Amino acid sequence: MSPLANYAEQFAATATAGGAEGPAWLPALRQRAFDRFHALGFPTTRNEDWHFTSVTPIAERRFKTLKPAPTALTGADVAPFLIDPSWHRLVFVNGQFEPGLSQFAGLPAEVHVSTLAEALRERPEWVQAHLGSLAAFDDAAFTALNTAFVQDGVVVHVPVEETVDTPLHILHVIDAQAQGAAIHPRLLVVADRASAITVVEQFVELGASEHLVNAVAEIVVADGARVAHYKLQREGSAAYHVGTVQATQGRDAAFHSFSFAEGAALSRTNIYTKLHGVNGEARLNGLYLIDGNQHADHQTFVEHIAEACASRELYKGILDGSSHGVFNGKVYVDPEAQKTDGKQTNKALLLSEQARVDTKPQLEIFADDVKCTHGATVGRLDAMPLFYLKSRGISAENAKALLTYAFAAEVLETIEVDTLRLELERAVFARFTHTALE
Amino acid sequence: MLTITNLHASAGDKEILKGISLTINAGEVHAIMGPNGSGKSTLAQVIAGHPGYEVTAGTIEYLGQDLLELEAEERAQAGVFLAFQYPIEIPGVTNAYFLRAAYNEIRKAHGQPELDPIEFLDVMEEKLKVVEMDASMMQRSVNAGFSGGEKKRNEILQMAVLAPKLAVLDETDSGLDIDALRIVAEGVNKLKRPDNATIVVTHYQRLLNYIVPDHVHVLAGGRIIKSGGKELALELEAKGYDWLLEPVGA
Amino acid sequence: MSASIESLVNKEYAYGFVTDIESDTIPPGLSEATIRLISAKKEEPEWLLDWRLKAFRRWQTMTEPRWPNVTYDPIDYQAHTYYSAPKSVKPLQSLDEVDPELLKTYEKLGISLTEQKRLSGVAVDAIFDSVSVGTTMKSELAKAGVIFCSFGEAVREHPELVQKYLGSVVPYSDNFFAALNSAVFSDGSFVYVPKGVTCPLDLSTYFRINAANTGQFERTLIVADEGASVSYLEGCTAPKRDEHQLHAAVVEIVALDRATVKYSTVQNWYAGDSEGKGGIYNFVTKRGKALTGAKISWTQVETGSAITWKYPSVILQGDDSVGEFYSVAVVNGAQQADTGTKMIHIGRNTRSTIISKGISAGRGQNSYRGQVKVLPKAAGARNYTQCDSMLIGNRCGAHTFPYIEVANNSATLEHEASTSKIGEDQIFYCKARGLNAEHAISLIVAGFCKEVFKELPMEFALEAQQLLGISLEGSVG
Repeated sequence: MSPLANYAEQFAATATAGGAEGPAWLPALRQRAFDRFHALGFPTTRNEDWHFTSVTPIAERRFKTLKPAPTALTGADVAPFLIDPSWHRLVFVNGQFEPGLSQFAGLPAEVHVSTLAEALRERPEWVQAHLGSLAAFDDAAFTALNTAFVQDGVVVHVPVEETVDTPLHILHVIDAQAQGAAIHPRLLVVADRASAITVVEQFVELGASEHLVNAVAEIVVADGARVAHYKLQREGSAAYHVGTVQATQGRDAAFHSFSFAEGAALSRTNIYTKLHGVNGEARLNGLYLIDGNQHADHQTFVEHIAEACASRELYKGILDGSSHGVFNGKVYVDPEAQKTDGKQTNKALLLSEQARVDTKPQLEIFADDVKCTHGATVGRLDAMPLFYLKSRGISAENAKALLTYAFAAEVLETIEVDTLRLELERAVFARFTHTALE
Repeated sequence: MLTITNLHASAGDKEILKGISLTINAGEVHAIMGPNGSGKSTLAQVIAGHPGYEVTAGTIEYLGQDLLELEAEERAQAGVFLAFQYPIEIPGVTNAYFLRAAYNEIRKAHGQPELDPIEFLDVMEEKLKVVEMDASMMQRSVNAGFSGGEKKRNEILQMAVLAPKLAVLDETDSGLDIDALRIVAEGVNKLKRPDNATIVVTHYQRLLNYIVPDHVHVLAGGRIIKSGGKELALELEAKGYDWLLEPVGA
Repeated sequence: MSASIESLVNKEYAYGFVTDIESDTIPPGLSEATIRLISAKKEEPEWLLDWRLKAFRRWQTMTEPRWPNVTYDPIDYQAHTYYSAPKSVKPLQSLDEVDPELLKTYEKLGISLTEQKRLSGVAVDAIFDSVSVGTTMKSELAKAGVIFCSFGEAVREHPELVQKYLGSVVPYSDNFFAALNSAVFSDGSFVYVPKGVTCPLDLSTYFRINAANTGQFERTLIVADEGASVSYLEGCTAPKRDEHQLHAAVVEIVALDRATVKYSTVQNWYAGDSEGKGGIYNFVTKRGKALTGAKISWTQVETGSAITWKYPSVILQGDDSVGEFYSVAVVNGAQQADTGTKMIHIGRNTRSTIISKGISAGRGQNSYRGQVKVLPKAAGARNYTQCDSMLIGNRCGAHTFPYIEVANNSATLEHEASTSKIGEDQIFYCKARGLNAEHAISLIVAGFCKEVFKELPMEFALEAQQLLGISLEGSVG
């Protein structure tokens, strides 16, 4: 069976078995999305946006939709993944919401946080207005696939001038039950005027499985609102992960995205934002650490539509083994977007001889009164700092580990949630030095 | 030399200067002081002809000419010099080339022959000493990669070379350490002649320890609210601006 | 301010005249018969005709590239004429026999071919439409053993060299336009600098399109033998015509061990009017192959053409070889340029430098497209890329598409790009020092392009600054 026929069969099966649940508009949206996916097919490397990443391994594997099943996982199983147990959290196992493992009761009453399934029951019209309004699937096969198959996810609505103080933690645990399965989680965050929220979306694995996570997040940052979105992809080495985050920003709106990726055999992370209102600020930062035969592709796209917005991007990659990293960063400046201030930096550190990296930082500028720069570097550790550390008596191996950590630490410093930053600093430090960070 | 009468100027919809009158004679040093946002820098920029400001009323007469009728470069050629608060960087163009181009434009305007690079070198050598600058600075791009102090010294070097009749120093002291301040101030003092005049725009009294003004004007809310001798500056240093501002608001 | 910028950047095209001369022009259209006809007119050997036909057959299977960031109406390749030559030009004529009308044309373009007035220190090959009109200074060059002649002459006189190197850097199958060129190229220049010889003169080709509806498909082949060095200059102009004309050239450079080739271009083909009517479609493949310790340096100032599609590249095949690319590309009116370079690092310790300056004005669209590729064996490879764009006015665009592909961890790559406008504040600062707006703008643009202009040979630097309407006196050092 061809890859597309596989998904067509799956889609037909889902549509008859519960896929038609929910408000009437939903099956229509799914059908449109599936038709689009079917027309597009999986992207090939002839597609400029996928030039350096072949998704043939994903297409070939013909992942199946998972049937709902009770999980055996307990609180103790997921405890190691709770970055801070005091945070409000929604836990999903293999894409299925687990109320027993979740805890988000203490949120302010005005703030709506629920699963997508519940939101579809309780506020279907509101969901209809937002779901799919940002994550267009006309040219995005994986987003179309997610929209066609989406089962559950999280919906967040922060009303005007409301601030959610503690981060909202969305934890996706994938376990061995997910072998051969495709999971399509969805996240919708709408932050109304002058509101603020931080969302930590984390994908982890308990027990190895070969599966596909195809996640889509839509984030509306209205005038004067502030949203921080942290995406942590720490799945197992047999996993396939495609994740798209699409944000839109109003006037004076600030969006901070941080992507941390160290898992999956093949991963592709898309972080897109559109600056629609004047004076907006977008910060997109990321760090990926890969080894062995891993392939990690990051694609960012900042669209400056309105005047006087600033964007800052810092992406770094550390590659070992025969891994392959890709960074494709695009900054677009509309003719109307005068006084744009854009800066993008991409650095890759190659630890081994077999590692390779492809970088494509693009600028597309249609306004004249702008300041846009990008910089990219690729290389191994500088000889001088290595020598400096060695001259102070540090072994070559430790010096290398320390400098590798320091390379990563520059990006980790942009994380504004202290516990999360510390958690990742510790993890990265241990990864390279094999000792604990003091 | 310079007579400003009832000058009003706006940036966009916002009126910043609301009726300034000021007379400056040859040989005089005037200090313009005032709190942030009082319009000091705007006044300096309007005198130099910055296109971002619109003069909505009033006149500026300079050596018998209507200054407001002149383009910025014509003002420079007529001897008006503005030392910028934030000197502009021009990558790829050497200081030497830039200064000679400016120098020759002014000579041309006065019907004098232009100097070739060798002749100009002699002019430069002498002027570099005024601001204690090394000749190597001349081969660097205009202000690009200069430190704050270097930029300000570069402004005074330009002033020394172009020998203006009316020099306007816009916050030339801001961001300078004490040594740079001394060099800059001494440069200004060395260039003082009976036939030229200087306007020193500053927030702080500090610079006036080195460049002693004949007159001090306090600008607030786009108007001159008090004028006096050099002792006024000391009074401002001791008491701040608030004691002057209150009666205005009342 | 913007009015003065407009007047500065909207200079009249000075080379738009037409030479009235009787030509031998074949009918429009392209088929195997056309290629046989061209080959016959040039009295070519069988092997070259075979090569052309292979290229043509390949071309028929290819499609025009659609990835460049340019838009234009489809080109009707059957509507073009593929060969046009002044009737008065005879093979192997001496310069004394050249038609005075042609000499006058080159005089008007500032290129003197007659003995008395020619530039000292530069040998010129003048290409008019499809053929070489003549080559100057040949005897001086012959003393040093340097071969500099038209491509046609090289085929007749030095077939072994041509056969050995033709297509060795740009195979006929390389891309759509290279295949087309390989099939129909009519003339061009050939250079061979023997072992250890430093060419005593700068070599120069001057390309002139004159005939209407005629494409120009010249082919240049430069071979610098071991330890040789040569500096080569190329200039281009065309009359103002309302129709688009096609220019699809191929330049191949072979730099053998320790050889140095410096190739400089000032491209000023007719750009069309401000509405995009007329102008040259400039689809050019330029590539060099550098063997051990060799160095190939491309410098280009691109101000003309309606559309430019051009990526002078270097294959850094030998260890310690060096590639350089310095470019100023100016678009104005309705011009579109998609230009840049490829640096392919194959050998160890190979080094490349890319400096690209794009200036966009009017409704012009300027794209930098560059590829730096480090192959697994290229240990110690280094690249530095800087690409800056300047926009003048708010109807133009600047685009940057760099591809950085690294498969060796001992490589070091740095890429920097920036986009800025000529600042109002910079102009005011200059005005406050007594410079008028035009002088201020020319000064700022000159500063912006300085790193590229200083790579040009002196006489080209002067031409380049005239082209940009700027005075560089003293600011280029």
